[in-house]
Amino acid sequence: MSSPQNSFSLRKIVYDPKIRGLFFQTILFALLLYFFYSIITNTVENLQSRGIPIGFGFLDNASGFPVSFKLISYITSDSNAKLILVGLLNTLFVAVLGIITATILGLIFGVMRLSKNSIISAIATVYIEVLRNIPLLVQILLLYYGVLKTLPLAKDSLSFLGIFFANIKGISVPTISFGSAETPFIISIIVALIIMVALRLWSRKRQEKTGQQFPATKIGFAILIGLPLLILIASGWPVEVSIPELGRFSLKGGMTISPEFIALYLALSIYTSAFIAETVRAGIMSVSHGQTEASDSLGLPRNKTLNLIIIPQALRVIIPPLTSQYLNLTKNSSLAVAIGYTDLFASAGGVLNITGQALELIAITMTFYLLFSLLTSMFMNWYNSRIKLVER
Amino acid sequence: MNKLMTTAIAGVAFGLTAFTANAATLDDVKAKGFVQCGISQGLPGFSNPDSDGNWVGLDVDVCRAVAAAIFGDSEAVKYTPLSSKERFTALQSGEVDVLSRNTTWTMTRDANLGLNFAGVNYYDGQGFMVRKSLGVASTLELSGAAVCTQTGTTTELNIADYFLENGMEYEVVAFEKAAEVVAAYDAGRCDVYSTDASGLYANRLRLTNPDEHMVLPEIISKEPLGPVVRQGDDQWFNIVRWSLNAMINAEEMGITSANIDSKMGGKNPGVQRFLGETGTFGEMIGVPSDWAVNIVKQVGNYGESFDKHVGPDTPLAIARGVNALWSKGGILYAAPIR
Repeated sequence: MSSPQNSFSLRKIVYDPKIRGLFFQTILFALLLYFFYSIITNTVENLQSRGIPIGFGFLDNASGFPVSFKLISYITSDSNAKLILVGLLNTLFVAVLGIITATILGLIFGVMRLSKNSIISAIATVYIEVLRNIPLLVQILLLYYGVLKTLPLAKDSLSFLGIFFANIKGISVPTISFGSAETPFIISIIVALIIMVALRLWSRKRQEKTGQQFPATKIGFAILIGLPLLILIASGWPVEVSIPELGRFSLKGGMTISPEFIALYLALSIYTSAFIAETVRAGIMSVSHGQTEASDSLGLPRNKTLNLIIIPQALRVIIPPLTSQYLNLTKNSSLAVAIGYTDLFASAGGVLNITGQALELIAITMTFYLLFSLLTSMFMNWYNSRIKLVER
Repeated sequence: MNKLMTTAIAGVAFGLTAFTANAATLDDVKAKGFVQCGISQGLPGFSNPDSDGNWVGLDVDVCRAVAAAIFGDSEAVKYTPLSSKERFTALQSGEVDVLSRNTTWTMTRDANLGLNFAGVNYYDGQGFMVRKSLGVASTLELSGAAVCTQTGTTTELNIADYFLENGMEYEVVAFEKAAEVVAAYDAGRCDVYSTDASGLYANRLRLTNPDEHMVLPEIISKEPLGPVVRQGDDQWFNIVRWSLNAMINAEEMGITSANIDSKMGGKNPGVQRFLGETGTFGEMIGVPSDWAVNIVKQVGNYGESFDKHVGPDTPLAIARGVNALWSKGGILYAAPIR
């Protein structure tokens, strides 16, 4: 131990940047652990001393809350957990629909803004600049109260073809039910979709091999319509159409889409589409003009230039900022609480007010938003890595 | 790294000091010199800003009574307007000292939230308001109607129970703030507006044409509204409870803000105790002996407060009904000061 060789190596350990780094990292980590440990134990202790129960047991209790807009069956005697699930699904529903619509609108207006036609590009500029510069909450309230106040009461509903109705309580549309053939009908649609995809893959492979083309899209759609139709005819046409009719208070029958959902969905889609339009424009402008000229000189028509040359290259620039827009839209959907759409935040808030379990419910809400955002971002990263430039 | 360490240490220190005990609310209140009172974001008659921007109402008067009892100054109150969703958390976390915000006393809230109800300052019940043009005479005719209400309230739960019990269909549209509920009902989004009957009368004033609307006769629930305090501080609980009791007892003994001076030095032993001339009642709850005198002088007795804010001569025009004294056919009853 006392040999100079050993003391030299001890000094070496003390001055070794790697080991020293490790030492401080360990201390930092321990302190962090202690930090969270003390926060949690403190909170638990204090809640107990104030007689506030802690735990997730309240999730099993009956909620008692009615919810009008729901995607799964739910009654007031169902548990708080199910109420939160109803809210979660409502959030996902409006977020997914909003993302789809915002992307389509954003693409259209982004391309429009680049148009050489000055009227078209002016329209797009006004659309983008107005919508992205007004706070979203204001837009939601404007759509909700602005649109709501102008629509007539139920008894004077605006009618379209006598089967679609719009009034202050929402838009009523007829519904079709298939009675006994419901399950086979849905299965046939799924089967048709699978056939469509398979047909497309097969035709592409064949084209690569032999150069022969096959009208896969046309035949695919024929199957998508034909197969379910065949099922319905075979089961004796059990189709029933329910058309909305005026009841005592509102329209009965059919399906009514609530104005809360419409206002939230439209506001989220339109607001986000303005940002997406700018992202799209940036992406397209990042593709050098030489690409277009090269494509032109090859004699490719305009739409093929856009679809095959410009957009695939632009997507590489567009995808990362687009991901943040999708995440924003999902998180912004929590503004639903202002207009009475029962989303995740609103349903958890309702449970909070009755049970008073604030910490647990906020934790649940945060976890779900985080989870959904992480999943979105994972999917977009995967898509991004798929389309990114393959370097050889 | 150094910066990170400092942050971590500061964080740990914060974690240790946060959530200190809050046993002696009275000491805290005395130290800061005012009562922090949680009220509604605006409910005419109960807690609503007047034309000068001062909060007034039946619920506000409870806060003022507490301040009068402690400081001899009913103006020593600061108000925190709270939504129905925020109110309990604000009280639990110590943001407010007392919550006097048309809050229904229920078993869950009393037993499960770490809170205590100090009494009842208004006996309410849930009612329904509709447009007269609908021609509805009873709540039982409301099957299929859309109901506007405030989210996360007992109102919402009562509607669910009532419609289920009577086998009626309904669509509920629930908003976070009372003002939004009223706006949506006014626009015609809903056929029915439901909340505590007092709230119906109060909010009817906000509608475009108040005369086109009527409150249906049925009352479907018991809604005892009262001030709430944190559990575990019995002294503070007593101060709030007895401030309210003093207002009710004053009405019962016929002591008003106008005649209280003439009652001084009288012979009625009950009044003597009330005025602090005999006994040590103020001392028992930790406030000056003239606590009840200050309450009545500055805030008035319960009847005065009721008449001033919600009574027949106000725009709300609510009759005393069950909120009359027990001796006058109501159920308002306060334990005696003795």
